[in-house]
Amino acid sequence: MRADISRGTTVPEVFETVTELTVNGRPSVLSLDTRVTLLDALRDHLGLVGTKKGCDQGACGACTVHVNGKRVLSCLTLAAQCEGRAVTTIEGVARAGAPHPVQEAFVARDGFQCGFCTPGQIMSAIALIDEERAGTDDEIREFMSGNLCRCGAYPNMVAAIREVVSEGNGNAVI
Amino acid sequence: MRSFEYVRATEVSDAVRLVSARPDAAYLAGGTTQLDLMKDGVLGPGMLVDITRLPLAGTERRGEALHVGALTTMEELAADPTVAERLPLVREALLKGASTQLRNMATIGGNLLQRTRCRYFRDPDVPKCNKRLPGSGCAAVEGVPRMHAVLGANERCIALHASDLAVPLVALDAVVHIQGPTGERRILLRDFYLLASESPDVENHLVHGELITGVEIPLLPAGALSGYLKVRDRMSYEFALTSAAVALVISDGIIHEARIGLGGVGSRPWRALDAERELVGSPPGTEAFRRAARVAVQDAWTLPGTAFKVELAQRCLVRELRTVSGVAA
Ligand SMILES: Cc1cc2nc3c(=O)[nH]c(=O)nc-3n(C[C@H](O)[C@H](O)[C@H](O)COP(=O)(O)OP(=O)(O)OC[C@H]3O[C@@H](n4cnc5c(N)ncnc54)[C@H](O)[C@@H]3O)c2cc1C
Ligand code: FES
Ligand code: FES
Repeated sequence: MRADISRGTTVPEVFETVTELTVNGRPSVLSLDTRVTLLDALRDHLGLVGTKKGCDQGACGACTVHVNGKRVLSCLTLAAQCEGRAVTTIEGVARAGAPHPVQEAFVARDGFQCGFCTPGQIMSAIALIDEERAGTDDEIREFMSGNLCRCGAYPNMVAAIREVVSEGNGNAVI
Repeated sequence: MRSFEYVRATEVSDAVRLVSARPDAAYLAGGTTQLDLMKDGVLGPGMLVDITRLPLAGTERRGEALHVGALTTMEELAADPTVAERLPLVREALLKGASTQLRNMATIGGNLLQRTRCRYFRDPDVPKCNKRLPGSGCAAVEGVPRMHAVLGANERCIALHASDLAVPLVALDAVVHIQGPTGERRILLRDFYLLASESPDVENHLVHGELITGVEIPLLPAGALSGYLKVRDRMSYEFALTSAAVALVISDGIIHEARIGLGGVGSRPWRALDAERELVGSPPGTEAFRRAARVAVQDAWTLPGTAFKVELAQRCLVRELRTVSGVAA
């Protein structure tokens, strides 16, 4: 399934699909091995390396992106499944050069240490606010539980999300 | 991962025809089990038929039942107003499962067909697994069982069915709607699964190529008391060690109807019919609840690593019966 396996080897015609992906509003046409996940298409074929590969097994949330406005795991989604669906990655949440309020709050509140889980955390947090599930700290923790952080920066992330919600600008852009 | 052809189906009949025609073809719904096991090398289909665009998403109220399309996601079903109002235990079981990202992907049909989390099944380097390689033995029995079954299990296989959703659904007598190449059929979810102790490798009555098109969930009578308790090793985003789905109809101080499903203990989502019979006709109370819980696990088959579940499952059930009926501890 990994792109390095598909790249450089000749795959028979039938195992290839031509997929039209719309990522962050930009359409592109990719000819991919059917095994390529959305995660690998983003990172290895479109150069959008903001989305991270943690476990590649649906367990950690580092690969979280939005498909048709819902947060999903790009490591367990085939690129081919996303044809005709709108994909948003961490590279697509800022507007007019300004970071998304959730991005700003993560910086202001120090919501990370190494930063590896952060793009996934932020994509999840933006969706969480949109789902109206950021009412209390307990609710934030429960509905952010699909994003693991091996550095344990959780308390500052909860604070960042709380701050965005209390300032009422979580949905300002996106 | 083995190479596969990818086909996107837009009609139910096309999907069924495609998969029925090829023994090595498989359906792809949310992919959260299917792709995971393909990455692990446990599954290796030559063709995946993507069914996520079939017109089988959404719910419809049909009299005193809710018909749920098989491609409805877990998040969508949890947000359904009829579920919130008349099937709160289903909503609880859904929201206590997996994570929001997974629930946005995972479908109701796929959830019922999810494969066991047994780590020996999920690792093709493990030579003994009667589920993967019939007749090879069971590494879990000799290994580290914790997330394994004690009911419907024996030395041949102790794989757990880990669905949360299926636990209330077996208790509620949900009916699975199936489309095959030659027609439709329906089967009670409680009769749909086979026991690992008897048939480790064949898990249910679905024939290759048959598609689950939907699930019909009878609504609880108005005034029924119900809930789902999930006990796990961490507070969120974890499979159940044990769980209990219960629904009681109580009037004039007597239990008139009882429905009990147990999770985390069975090789299939467990319906505790004997325990229900124990409760009907009794007043709600700790004594009756304890008696019912004892009956529910009386046929447990345990190993040193799983024996704790017999006690835990009883406590879990008693606590949830108390919670829904308001009986003080
Ligand atoms: C990290 C993680 C944590 C999880 N935690 C939980 C949890 O706490 N509780 C819980 O209940 N579940 C949990 N799950 C399991 C998850 O709920 C299932 O993987 C999911 O519901 C499967 O649905 P899907 O649509 O993704 O199915 P897929 O993976 O697409 O399909 C599963 C199987 O069913 C077949 N199939 C799918 N739909 C149909 C259909 N309509 N007709 C016939 N065959 C079909 C496929 O061919 C495949 O074999 C977890 C999963 C992961 C990865
Ligand atoms: S990389 Fe997708 S969940 Fe870990
Ligand atoms: S900041 Fe390091 S993993 Fe989360």
